[in-house]
Amino acid sequence: MADAKVIPFDDDRSRGAAVQRPARRRAAGSRRKGGAEQAAVREPAAAVRESAVVREVSPLAGRIPAQEDVHVTRENPEAGVKQPHDEAGLEQRVARGLAFLRRRLTGEYEVDDFGYDEELTDQVLMSLLRPVYEKYFRVEVKGMENIPAEGGALIVANHSGTLPLDGLMMQVAVHDRHPANRHLRLLAADLVFVLPVVNELARKLGHTLACAEDAERLLGQGELVGVMPEGFKGIGKPFSERYKLQRFGRGGFVSTALRQGVPIIPCSIVGAEEIYPMIGNAKTLARVLGIPYFPLTPTFPWLGPLGAVPLPTKWTIQFGEPILTDGYPPEAAEDPMLMFNLTDQVREQIQHTLYKLLVQRRSVFF
Amino acid sequence: MLVTGVARQLGGRFVRRIQRDPEVDRVVAVDAVPPEHHLGGADFIQTDIRQPTIARVLAESGADTVVHMDVTGTPLGSGSRTTVKETNVIGTMQLLGACQKSPNVKRLVIKSSTNVYGSAPKDPAVFTETTPPKSLPSGGFAKDTVEVEGYVRGFARRRPDVAVCVLRFANILGPTADSPLASYFSLPVLPTVFGYDPRLQFVHEDDVIEVLRIASHEPERGTLNSGTFNIAGDGVLLLSQCSRRLGRPTVPLLLPAVTWAGSLVRTLGMSDFSPEQIRLLTHGRVVETVQMRETLGFRPKYTTAATFADFARAQVPGLLPPQVVAAAVDRIAALPALSGGRASTRTPTQNPTQSAN
Repeated sequence: MADAKVIPFDDDRSRGAAVQRPARRRAAGSRRKGGAEQAAVREPAAAVRESAVVREVSPLAGRIPAQEDVHVTRENPEAGVKQPHDEAGLEQRVARGLAFLRRRLTGEYEVDDFGYDEELTDQVLMSLLRPVYEKYFRVEVKGMENIPAEGGALIVANHSGTLPLDGLMMQVAVHDRHPANRHLRLLAADLVFVLPVVNELARKLGHTLACAEDAERLLGQGELVGVMPEGFKGIGKPFSERYKLQRFGRGGFVSTALRQGVPIIPCSIVGAEEIYPMIGNAKTLARVLGIPYFPLTPTFPWLGPLGAVPLPTKWTIQFGEPILTDGYPPEAAEDPMLMFNLTDQVREQIQHTLYKLLVQRRSVFF
Repeated sequence: MLVTGVARQLGGRFVRRIQRDPEVDRVVAVDAVPPEHHLGGADFIQTDIRQPTIARVLAESGADTVVHMDVTGTPLGSGSRTTVKETNVIGTMQLLGACQKSPNVKRLVIKSSTNVYGSAPKDPAVFTETTPPKSLPSGGFAKDTVEVEGYVRGFARRRPDVAVCVLRFANILGPTADSPLASYFSLPVLPTVFGYDPRLQFVHEDDVIEVLRIASHEPERGTLNSGTFNIAGDGVLLLSQCSRRLGRPTVPLLLPAVTWAGSLVRTLGMSDFSPEQIRLLTHGRVVETVQMRETLGFRPKYTTAATFADFARAQVPGLLPPQVVAAAVDRIAALPALSGGRASTRTPTQNPTQSAN
């Protein structure tokens, strides 16, 4: 059933983009994941379909290189017919796709201790997020050189947008734009791991629970870890408070970074605040459902599922100058004053960059 | 050396293995029921460790090492859950009481389980030996192990001269494993919890025997074998991977339905699908094994995946054996005109994926 929903999306795209290169992204994976998973993607995907058709010309240049590494393709007869000269490449892709399919079906793939399925993420989940990233939010990335090519680092970002799409977009940004194609391991709220389907996807995308143990373990393994210390306070704040950073938890992320001696990279995300302008919060309903807030936007829940389509804002993600922590003595992680100072420093830097980016921004949507 | 719980396969194997070690003069094997397998040259004494007679047995044998393997989740033969719990908890108390009175005992090894960590969404992804569980197990075998470990800690405080080693085993699998998880994996169709894909870790029976052996002897140079250790094979398998490697399709059910069905099956006495088993198959559990490697100096021969492969070999093939699925994909790859092969691609591939997730 879920298949039927996705196929037209692809057909649209390949028809539109046939001149350049058919979008053969409709991977084995889009089919292989459960229906519910696709339900989550379906809303943005449906919206992408529209925007992809409308905005065909401008983003193509940026899109082609990104497509090169998407080789999950399964045989796509339409594409094969349209591009006969691409035969050899196509065959290779098909062979790779089938090898991938074979590995997946027989369970011969690896996941790490956190349940991170690198293959599935790279081949399938990323290619589902990429259209949203490139076409829908047209994310512009700055300061990628601030992320080290190897070794642990803690990326600290602002959090907004009612649904944590900003984290996912940051993950795509780091993976696609970083020269070393690094994988960002996000720290997520415990609610994520309580919800069915969501927890499974989050684990496979490499996310883990936002706790000091997990963060330190990942940083100790030399991973790039992303955290949004505002948590629910940031993501569930009303529209009127947009781009005002909330309190940064208790600054646990700073002591974690200090203990591991990894740099803290402040990251400012502009655009996510406006995707779901939260004008109200049905607190009683939220309590009944056991979620921290129940957003009321101009469209949600009035328009039903259609109201859950995010507004197509233009995003900018800027990674700032790293704040080094390896110069501090080991006992510094126990010093609350230093913790507060560093937390404030990170917070200030993110807030400052947010204001700067907002001044530069021409409009919310372009 | 005194070994409890020898009527089980694992206990029997351990007794047979340990007698080949030159350091071991005599093995006294204890259990409430006579074992069906032979115990090599060990002396079997039929006694219930819930009874104070265990103290006499221990005193008469003059054992300097006690290996307590009678902490288990399932009854042996026809026993009720109450009996298992009593053997686990009261039996451990009696045995510890006996050890405390015995001046000869120098070393105590307890077979525990990683069940003590519970399994909850709010737990860190990887448990170390010091991680406190976020939600204490509310009942069943997991609670037994928590209580057993509590008594063992008390004993270790009272008898600091005794080297106490608590081994927390991950799920034990192998060709002859008879754990609840092994019987779960032998179902023709695996019921799973919809929307969850738990991370599982296994440890091979051979490795269990080996690590018990290491723990019950004098420590090698540079290692220490008293304390608490997580024992698990390297790596992690997801339940979906397990089902695919076994070739058994899964049936995702909603969590409330699984809980309800589990309690129904339990009430009917058909199988012991306990709540903690369901929690494990919902949220999964992964433990860190750095202590096992660096302090205990034990390197498991089998990784989690290898353990599972060894277990799967001993199982009857499932409905969708991975070889058949792989061959189907290969056949498609061999098709000259792939566009013609499209229709046939769908049939073999769609079913397992849909069910496996």
